[in-house]
Amino acid sequence: MSEQSQQNASGLDALVDRDYEAGFVTDIESDTIPPGLDESVVRFISKRKEEPQWLTEWRLKAFAHWQKQKPPQWAHVQFPEIDYQSISYYSSPKSMADGPKSLDEVDPELLATYDKLGIPLHEQEMLAGVINSSNVAVDAVFDSVSVATTFRDRLAEAGVIFCSLSEAVQDYPELVQKYLGSVVPMTDNYYTTLNSAVFSDGSFVYIPEGVRCPMELSTYFRINERNTGQFERTLIVAEKGSYVSYLEGCTAPMRDENQLHAAVVELVAMEDAEIKYSTVQNWYPGDKDGKGGIYNFVTKRGACLGDRSKISWTQVETGSAITWKYPSVILRGNDSVGEFYSVALTNNRQQADTGTKMIHLGQNTKSTIISKGISAGRSENCYRGLVRMSPNARGARNFTQCDSLLIGDECGAHTFPYIESKTPSATVEHEATTSKVSDDQLFLCQQRGIDTEKAVAMIVSGFCKDVFRELPMEFAVEAGKLLEVSLEGAVG
Amino acid sequence: MSLLEISNLHADVAGTNILKGVELTINAGEVHAIMGPNGSGKSTLSNVVAGRPGYTVTKGDVRLNGQSILDMEVEERAQAGVFLAFQYPVEIPGVSNMEFLKASVDSLAAARGDEPLSAAAFMKRIREIAGELSLDTDFLKRGVNEGFSGGEKKRNEILQLLALEPSLALLDETDSGLDIDALQVVSRGVNSFLREDRAVLMITHYQRLLDYIKPDFVHVLSGGQIIRSGDASLALELEAKGYGWLTQ
Repeated sequence: MSEQSQQNASGLDALVDRDYEAGFVTDIESDTIPPGLDESVVRFISKRKEEPQWLTEWRLKAFAHWQKQKPPQWAHVQFPEIDYQSISYYSSPKSMADGPKSLDEVDPELLATYDKLGIPLHEQEMLAGVINSSNVAVDAVFDSVSVATTFRDRLAEAGVIFCSLSEAVQDYPELVQKYLGSVVPMTDNYYTTLNSAVFSDGSFVYIPEGVRCPMELSTYFRINERNTGQFERTLIVAEKGSYVSYLEGCTAPMRDENQLHAAVVELVAMEDAEIKYSTVQNWYPGDKDGKGGIYNFVTKRGACLGDRSKISWTQVETGSAITWKYPSVILRGNDSVGEFYSVALTNNRQQADTGTKMIHLGQNTKSTIISKGISAGRSENCYRGLVRMSPNARGARNFTQCDSLLIGDECGAHTFPYIESKTPSATVEHEATTSKVSDDQLFLCQQRGIDTEKAVAMIVSGFCKDVFRELPMEFAVEAGKLLEVSLEGAVG
Repeated sequence: MSLLEISNLHADVAGTNILKGVELTINAGEVHAIMGPNGSGKSTLSNVVAGRPGYTVTKGDVRLNGQSILDMEVEERAQAGVFLAFQYPVEIPGVSNMEFLKASVDSLAAARGDEPLSAAAFMKRIREIAGELSLDTDFLKRGVNEGFSGGEKKRNEILQLLALEPSLALLDETDSGLDIDALQVVSRGVNSFLREDRAVLMITHYQRLLDYIKPDFVHVLSGGQIIRSGDASLALELEAKGYGWLTQ
């Protein structure tokens, strides 16, 4: 940092301090700021995290822009207007020592769910401190702060950086500055702009040239505090010829009120690099009548910058009151590959509007979309996907398969495919089916001794097989169990 | 005590009265065959015993080992030992045969309070049974009835029968649509199922099945009632004379 900017930074510090004095009456020892959002909150967060000046300014610019933006209205979801002043934008355990150290300190409701899952979840292991038995490196984000990143030494040997974004800002500022907002522009949409202004923490991954990351990387996100929004950012950069597989898990305790989760994920893949990004999302979906639950308004996008690079999104979404997310790939490099495998399950009053965007810019680029939507109860489940073949995407190909499964007769399934082709040599294929879990199938299962709930879970998991086999092994089992739990009570 | 006792059974399907006072007693170790004209209620009878939704019992009782099963859920009847081999087995796409069988065997074990079979022991057993039915191992990896030929579907039902080891097997036209070779394989499977503590009730249109699986009793179901019972020779008589002489 130059002397000049250091001076500016300390000048800013003073300003932030002053704003803080004026803006907050709450005891800062608590480390949770009161609800409300204005410029001083943005400054507070940045100050709290001892961020460099460029980042503070970046946040402020986003905040200024956000005030002029409007939330998107086009999704097939309905919810009362969010009062952004009622949300607290920063919360952290008072110290690392306050984070949960054993399962005894974890929300029993959450553990009850784990018990139903009946398997040692990697999250559970992580919380229990037995993570060393697992070959998965985990970063845990509780509310707004990253509390633990395991296996850092072993990863460092391979040259892999895996740390919280806050640490990356301190330790690798040039990398963060270069790539932050490079795939998802700061002001891309209402929620990304908000995230850019107030993002709390998240994960940062950097895989150097030619390195194959020696283990699965995983982040565990959890919203803990009441009235807290979670705004994490994940940034993954895979240099030339590198490979990484990354998994994020999400849970939240049961709360009566709705909580906002507006995350941003950016992936950058250079020449011949491959990033596999898997999500098992189990945010609290609200109760049977639709009370409570997480609003999951997330922007995920990957850029295949280099030739022959590959980005693959796999998601299993069973949680959240409302899901609004479209993990996308920009296929810039020639012969680059984008994939999207999705299972989205909605039950009771849940609403999901999810899908992907495959933007073909380079020649002979290829994308595959496999979407499996399952609707039960009185839920609404939409697939919304865009395939765009730009004029230069000669020989580009897309295959889309979009299947919906209905359980019961009060739910809805909708498909909104958008196809824009400006290249005569591009090929776009779209297949769609809608089916129901039939009484005959249920009767067969029951006649073989399997109870209805297990039968439905089994039928649904068969329906999702094409997606599950894309998940890392241990998570495929978890995903299957998660469906079973999420479908409880779905059938009479 | 009889294994299965059906007494004065009346049942409706979609508001139409189909069974009109069926009487039937099956003891352990016995093989019974039910024959009869189309629409006489044969399939209805097996579905009612299995508890299929949409079949309403209006009168009478069905007892398994002396206990009425009419208030039991479908899976509870299965757990109590009732097995129905379907006339038209339905597909469950994406769920492999092996997975389905494991879920099934585990559910039945859990209902008995037994420990589930280890994965290795289970696979070994299923492979053996599949071998007896001339089904190759690939068959076990395919989705349940997904893209199966008619013969494969029927053999798959018998595979399930042998894997689940119920006490009462209801075979609903298991022989229909089978060529001679497949019929022999299926019959061999059913015969290997038979033991002193088990019984079979076959529903069939054709005497030829009875050449392979010898019935102790043959019943004629017509107009929702059993109008004639006899031994294996009754089937031969029916083959020669049809049903007309019985229903007039």
